[in-house]
Amino acid sequence: MSEFAADSLIAESRRTALVGEAVGQAPSLTPAQWGMISFLASEVAFFSTLIVTYITSVTPGGPEPTPAILSLPLVIGTTACLLFSSLTIHLAERRLRQGQPTRFKLWWGATIALGIAFLAGTAVEWRGLVVEHGLTPSVNLFGSSYYTLVGFHAAHVTIGVVIMVATLFVAASRRLAPLNHAAVGLVAWYWHFVDAVWIVVFSVVYLVCR
Amino acid sequence: MAIVEEERPEPAVLGAPTASEPWTSVVHEWLTTVDHKKIGIMYVVMAILFLVIGGCEAELMRLQLLVPRNTLVRADFFNQLFTLHGTTMVFFMGMPILIGMGNYLVPLMIGARDKAFPRLNALGFWSNLFGGLLVYFSFVTGGAPAIGWFGYAPLTESTFARSAATDFWALGLIVSGIGTVAAAVNFIATIAGMRAPGMSLRKIPFFTWTMLWTAVQILVALPPLTAALVMILFDRNLGTHFFDPQNGGSAILYQHIFWFFGHPEVYILILPVFGMISEIIPVFSRKVLFGYEAMAAATAAIAFISLGVWAHHMFTVGMTRFQTMFFVISSLLVSIPTGLKFFNWLATMYGGRIRMQSPMLFACGFLAMFLIGGLTGIMLAAAPMDFQLNNGYFVIGHFHWVLIGGTVFGVFAGIHYWYPKVTGRKLSERLARWQFWLLLVGFILAFGPMHISGMLGMPRRIFSYEPDRGWAIWNQLSTLGAVIQVPSFLIFVINLIWSYGHGTPAGPDPWDAWTLEWTTPSPPPEYNFEEIPTVHSRRPLWDLKHPDDPDWQYE
Repeated sequence: MSEFAADSLIAESRRTALVGEAVGQAPSLTPAQWGMISFLASEVAFFSTLIVTYITSVTPGGPEPTPAILSLPLVIGTTACLLFSSLTIHLAERRLRQGQPTRFKLWWGATIALGIAFLAGTAVEWRGLVVEHGLTPSVNLFGSSYYTLVGFHAAHVTIGVVIMVATLFVAASRRLAPLNHAAVGLVAWYWHFVDAVWIVVFSVVYLVCR
Repeated sequence: MAIVEEERPEPAVLGAPTASEPWTSVVHEWLTTVDHKKIGIMYVVMAILFLVIGGCEAELMRLQLLVPRNTLVRADFFNQLFTLHGTTMVFFMGMPILIGMGNYLVPLMIGARDKAFPRLNALGFWSNLFGGLLVYFSFVTGGAPAIGWFGYAPLTESTFARSAATDFWALGLIVSGIGTVAAAVNFIATIAGMRAPGMSLRKIPFFTWTMLWTAVQILVALPPLTAALVMILFDRNLGTHFFDPQNGGSAILYQHIFWFFGHPEVYILILPVFGMISEIIPVFSRKVLFGYEAMAAATAAIAFISLGVWAHHMFTVGMTRFQTMFFVISSLLVSIPTGLKFFNWLATMYGGRIRMQSPMLFACGFLAMFLIGGLTGIMLAAAPMDFQLNNGYFVIGHFHWVLIGGTVFGVFAGIHYWYPKVTGRKLSERLARWQFWLLLVGFILAFGPMHISGMLGMPRRIFSYEPDRGWAIWNQLSTLGAVIQVPSFLIFVINLIWSYGHGTPAGPDPWDAWTLEWTTPSPPPEYNFEEIPTVHSRRPLWDLKHPDDPDWQYE
């Protein structure tokens, strides 16, 4: 059969489409959204492994320094920053959809600031842990698990901040097209995900396994 | 417009330079391509190259075991050989060849012009290739890693693996793992979001359905391996203690994480093949796939159950009675959906007008061989049996039976089926038959006796053995079988190359098939479809060929 014949058959089929059963509904999510969901699913698997490792590795009565050295006040502050940033990025996204680019940039910038505040808080906390308590990745299993789990999360926050800063530069230089709106939505998904992971990590590291 | 006569200068597998195009621009085109078809071809070529490398490693091991107390290779080099053989075949042959075929076929089958993220697609391929090269780069440290392909702790700790070879190995697997996850993300986005109008999930070609579930399994299974490899690297380079029992770390935790990846991995290696078989058997039996819905449900069931069976690799590690029972039962559960698939394939063939052309020949080989591998799998899933046989040659025989008898036979069926689409020419039937029978005989002879030497107590991964153990004859049969397979693979490669220039021109639809890829010319143009087709049934091309009796009247 020639290409032409196949093509004409396809055209023919289109004419008979009305006779055939109804054409299926358009997919509810875009390919990019499916892609982001899949990527985040793989991230869930990655973090789950680190969390399971943490839970099985950090048991009470291990060698000093133990998880008892972790102090809550600072980390509650950084946690609040991150939780609040989920709200600000949601507002930013909404402003963009409503066609208010200036307000979008404002809320977007606020999200970046909160992300940086979280990282700064983590840096201060780590400095305290290393200098005052001598907790390093190699000192004991708690150090290994703690820095790996919290560090990988912080790396994800850092990546999110970098992407958001890049987005802000683009938004500052020109008007965002509808395609960019979709991208902004995906960045927001990623950021919400990083937030959700932190809720689990915080609960496990600072509340449960102490 | 007829395609058969049209000799398009298509720089496929060989990338042959033509008069109008200097070879540099051909190379440039292939190095920078984001076309899913070219990337798919590159995946398959890469996989075949690694297949040859991994095959040579296997042959060396078989020659070493030919006679007791052989001195062909040193013990340490033998350890490197089996480490590289396993790593290569699983990560750089098995997965790339399946992902590559999916890459080529999925967009064509669902009526899309490319995958969802073409540049991510290229990233996935190059990560896989460079990951493979990185693993082999370990030779610059004076020798490859000698840790086994699953790299059990604490063997991977710097105390025992002192050279940087293990770091190269871990890095290579991380890099290729990222590429594999990228490919999986791309498959899901493409299949979920880019199907032709009318192609609901209940109408997608079966191969596409299995690729979807393979991608889901990759998403769940690969990242834990990546995390474990990161922890290995941290242990070795930052002095952490994850898998270091002397400092409270857990070697058994590593086994759990590894097999949580490792068992879904074997289904990642077989589900796409189930899909290929489910495309080929109907076409060559001239019947629709029997029980499409049940087959689809069975695929999903296998994907889910496979996530809960991993510790059947660890019965001898020592678990509680409850854990052992749990993993025995969950492992045996897998045989239900798999058996269902088997009966559906047989029911598809039953009463059909079977055409025993090369794809069907390999598909039948698959059915027979995979069945045997499945049956020894049931034996091994029973913990008391496994206590006797674990870490012995029986296990080697079993998993080669499913990976060669299943994956490799199925992949050959697929390659013989779709080669005409990719190149515009058919593979030689005569060479295909030689390849098939040599492979079948060599394969049975190589891996059948391993079940016996395993039951006689021969452990895996030993570089030599004593003459008084009674293992020699079985090892000699195995080696003979391994040698018989060499010409089979040679014939395959020769057939690929020879038919590219001299094969019978195929035309767009050489097998009188029913899925959308066969509506395009062979090879398809870069944009795949001039007009995106509209789909009304599971066999859109049947509907086009038989407008008076379309399938959607019956589905």
